[in-house]
Amino acid sequence: MKHLLSISDLNAMQAISILDTASELARISDGQVKKLPTLRGRTIVNLFAEDSTRTRISFEAAAKRLSADVINFSAKGSSLSKGESLKDTAQTLQAMGADAVVIRHSASGAAQRLADLEWMSGSVINAGDGTHEHPSQALLDAYTIRKHLGKGSRDLQGVRVAIVGDILHSRVARSNVLLLTLLGAQVVLVAPPTLLPVGVESWPVTISYDFDAVIAQVDVVMMLRVQQERMSDLFFPNSREYSRYFGLNSERMSKMSAQAIVMHPGPMIRGLEISADVADSARSVIVEQVSNGVNVRMAILYVLLAGGPLEMVTN
Amino acid sequence: MTTSHYILKNASILGGAKSDLYIADGIIKEIAPNIIHEGATVFDINGSIALPGLVDLHTHVREPGREDSETVLSASKAGAKGGFTALSAMANTSPVADTAGVVEQVFRLGQEAGYLNVFPVGAVTQALEGKQLSEIGAMADSVARVRVFSDDGFCVSDPLVMRRALEYIKKFDGVIAQHAQEPRLTVGAQMNEGEVSAKLGLKGWPAIAEEAIIARDVLLADHVKSRLHICHVTTAGGVEIIRWAKARGIQVTAEVTPHHLLLTDDLAASYDPIFKVNPPLRTQKDVMALREALADGTIDIVATDHAPHSSESKDCEWQEAAFGMIGLETALSIVHKTMVQTKLMDWQLVADRLAIAPAKIGRYDAHTKGLTVGAPAHVTVINPEKSWIVDRDLVLSKSRNTPYHGIELPGVVTHTFFNGAATLIDSSVVSKVVN
Repeated sequence: MKHLLSISDLNAMQAISILDTASELARISDGQVKKLPTLRGRTIVNLFAEDSTRTRISFEAAAKRLSADVINFSAKGSSLSKGESLKDTAQTLQAMGADAVVIRHSASGAAQRLADLEWMSGSVINAGDGTHEHPSQALLDAYTIRKHLGKGSRDLQGVRVAIVGDILHSRVARSNVLLLTLLGAQVVLVAPPTLLPVGVESWPVTISYDFDAVIAQVDVVMMLRVQQERMSDLFFPNSREYSRYFGLNSERMSKMSAQAIVMHPGPMIRGLEISADVADSARSVIVEQVSNGVNVRMAILYVLLAGGPLEMVTN
Repeated sequence: MTTSHYILKNASILGGAKSDLYIADGIIKEIAPNIIHEGATVFDINGSIALPGLVDLHTHVREPGREDSETVLSASKAGAKGGFTALSAMANTSPVADTAGVVEQVFRLGQEAGYLNVFPVGAVTQALEGKQLSEIGAMADSVARVRVFSDDGFCVSDPLVMRRALEYIKKFDGVIAQHAQEPRLTVGAQMNEGEVSAKLGLKGWPAIAEEAIIARDVLLADHVKSRLHICHVTTAGGVEIIRWAKARGIQVTAEVTPHHLLLTDDLAASYDPIFKVNPPLRTQKDVMALREALADGTIDIVATDHAPHSSESKDCEWQEAAFGMIGLETALSIVHKTMVQTKLMDWQLVADRLAIAPAKIGRYDAHTKGLTVGAPAHVTVINPEKSWIVDRDLVLSKSRNTPYHGIELPGVVTHTFFNGAATLIDSSVVSKVVN
């Protein structure tokens, strides 16, 4: 495996080996060793052509814990904002000897273009491309779900997950649908019909417009951010109505089954898709998702750049 | 006075019986077996098929304004290579072809190049903005004698503007060629809306956005009793509406591009913008409906929508890339592959759909007579037995944005004659057209 562009590049075994590697790395870093020498001397470029603080610092922390040199290249103030093409930027990075590029871009398919056109020879890791995919987010979500609900299993067989909100514009939803179903989970998408893509019928999921009918039936409720500007594009009448039908508040949360968890990829809009008390409740694993993110991204870098998954160290 | 004269020996006329063609004084002088004329240049084409010179009703020649991606001269040579003897230069140049001055300039550049007739298409509205009618009458009365008007690239979306345009052109038997795209349903659209766009996260261009405009405009054309032409039909639903309109006797004609007869939206999965085109590639079901419609005449013609773009406009992210693909040099081969090899059409129908019918729609009278004695000698020869591999580095267009690079296509155009002059000999475009 050279690149991570889409979850569809992975088979179940590869996905599980990334999760297992993340578990192993978490176990090591929980102990004495905070930093591994694995990627010493390697250069990883964070090419962020779209604003994103959390994903960038998560990848940066992951790379640094593996001792890689990290170069951050963000849109603001860079040549990308001055109209330089992705191609020229990639060739510049290549000339600087980047071993891997972590790319966040507003254009769907940007990561694949970077990989396919051989503008550069290093690994390409998709850190979110337009409304297409965000594979590292899905992997950290699967990791978090497995940790809480996996019952010791390596996959997610039998786990029921509701993904709620703006599916149409969500790269997190697309990657999660592919990965969670690949690992055996059952996924239900909950959204107003305006925020589901035409063609969603072909996805391996069930669809519901009724959050209340779904919420008691699932083990995981994954809330998605809803951008305010969607209102002006007529996707829903106003934020109050959206919250009423598709927001997660404490009243709705009370219908969830005993062990069920609440997730959110961030950044949250408290009061719109999720109320503050839910976000801060005991069911919420939102902060844990962030810390798991570093371990999972370490695992991704490890698998792509260190030549394969980390073997389990037997106790 | 024509000095060169030619004998095409052993030509299969429209794919039928073998005969010789004698071309002299700019016209087809004789069609008979075993023609002999002192001093004539003889090409024994050995059973290759002779067709009337192809006529394209939809070409972007980019001049004036974007001479870096195409010029009238380079498009003319690419046309000759593909077997064309007439192009229709779309109005979305810079400046826009919305005055007599611009259309006369383009027309004159075509005459100077000399490889084929370049018939300018006039803009329907000033600056293609869809608000005020352009100087339609002046363009019709100009030296260029414009009869086809189109805002192609943009839809004439305002129904009142469309109605007035349809009415106005009746004065001189013109036709409005509509780019059917409801703008509000296609804001930011990138590709066909469906399963593939859902997966790829690319903004959808729904079939309904095309069909809604076709439906509205056939009703408008019926109401004001004028001529409407639908550019690049891409959907099975659009075909159904046109079929219905024709059955009602509405004066509507329609075109399909070669790429919409062959390619489908799943090619977007590569995110390679070489497949980004407007209207977008659709599904296999649409492709099959378009082929059937072209064969039964619901769709009247094939038009290339040849759209050259500089390499930087395609060597980038999908969303950043320009819409469009070149098509003059591959059009006849694609029709051979999708319509003839599939036995949906014979060569006689090919001659109608790619030469006679487009000339009739555009009122290009010198191109409507086909391969008949006394007709202007516009002749295309294709060897249907040979095939070729498309190489974007060898195209005569100034741009390389062909979606067929590396693909083997059937049928090689070997000779083209325009007004009795050879423009293509043994698949090589002549360096200068000699009359």
